[in-house]
Amino acid sequence: MAHENGMKPDDQVEPVLVSEPREWLLLTLRVIAFLATASATLVMALNKETKKLVVATIGSTPITATLTAKFQHSPAFVFFVIANANASFHNLLMIAVELGGRKFDHKGLRLLFVAVLDMLTVVLASSGDGAATFMADLGKRGNSHARWNKICDKFDHYCSQGGGALIASYVGLGLLTIISILSTMRLVRLKPLGYQRAPVP
Amino acid sequence: MTMTKACRRFITPFLRVLALGATATATAVMAMSHESTSVLNLTLEAKYSNTPAFRYFMIAEAIAGSYSILALLLSCKGLLSHLVLMMDMVISMLLCSSISAALAIAQVGKKGITHAGWAPICGQVPKFCDEVTGALIVGFIASALYLLLVLSSLHFPVSSLPMTTKP
Repeated sequence: MAHENGMKPDDQVEPVLVSEPREWLLLTLRVIAFLATASATLVMALNKETKKLVVATIGSTPITATLTAKFQHSPAFVFFVIANANASFHNLLMIAVELGGRKFDHKGLRLLFVAVLDMLTVVLASSGDGAATFMADLGKRGNSHARWNKICDKFDHYCSQGGGALIASYVGLGLLTIISILSTMRLVRLKPLGYQRAPVP
Repeated sequence: MTMTKACRRFITPFLRVLALGATATATAVMAMSHESTSVLNLTLEAKYSNTPAFRYFMIAEAIAGSYSILALLLSCKGLLSHLVLMMDMVISMLLCSSISAALAIAQVGKKGITHAGWAPICGQVPKFCDEVTGALIVGFIASALYLLLVLSSLHFPVSSLPMTTKP
């Protein structure tokens, strides 16, 4: 049908979406990214350390107080937990869409939604990582100009657990970037003239 | 969509010009934020380079600004449109990460964290705080513009449509 004479350009054969093969690479990457972001969320959400510290010395008796370091004390870490929770939920949703969503292709917009949502999730996860990285750097080295002391020498377990969560989140972010690029390429490759020209069923 | 074809071609470059302006403004305002105050005969100086987060913000905005110029030139010629789209995504990711990091540290500077014994500094250097706030607002606008730019690049592809446009 594509080679008939007198064919209008709008009747060109659009690539048929129904029989596209499952992209196993994309699915595998999404599973690993889901595991990475979910573990980052959990590890940071369970980050808490209590310690007895000497606060002051009166005469010759030291005064000790029990101090707790929790992740909720810093809004940057709260945002980090929320952003990674969103990213892992998005990965789960996209895995479900890949596995079982072939029927719900309304006007061919499924690929567009997947690509756009992937990009938005990458942006959200990267901002969560950025905020938590610089807050962790502030806790580790302090800021002498603002008279903010470092806290990692006293709460080393808190710091190392936070660092582990950050590393897992960076792995998830790298994978999410690759996934986003792959799904955008899939969208742009299949519909080079823009998504409006979707096949009408 | 009832926009004319001519209108469609110019939305993405227009957004790019706006984003260029926003990133350039954010870089300039952050670079020029500076205040000295003396407390008890001791001079305290607040500059953007005291904090790694603000330095990262300025470098990221500068990179995004210079990339915008390059992308404007490339997209006007219609070259490498897929590569420009990918780089747009990477740069928008960079911008959002930098604005978020700068906001986190600025929030600590404004409110402090009592549990860690960190006092807010905005009471001592209010002019610096205001300038940084202005730079962050413009930086936020710049990252929002870059996100809109990527979406509009997907919706209105700039590369000239082959064979199907009838004037």
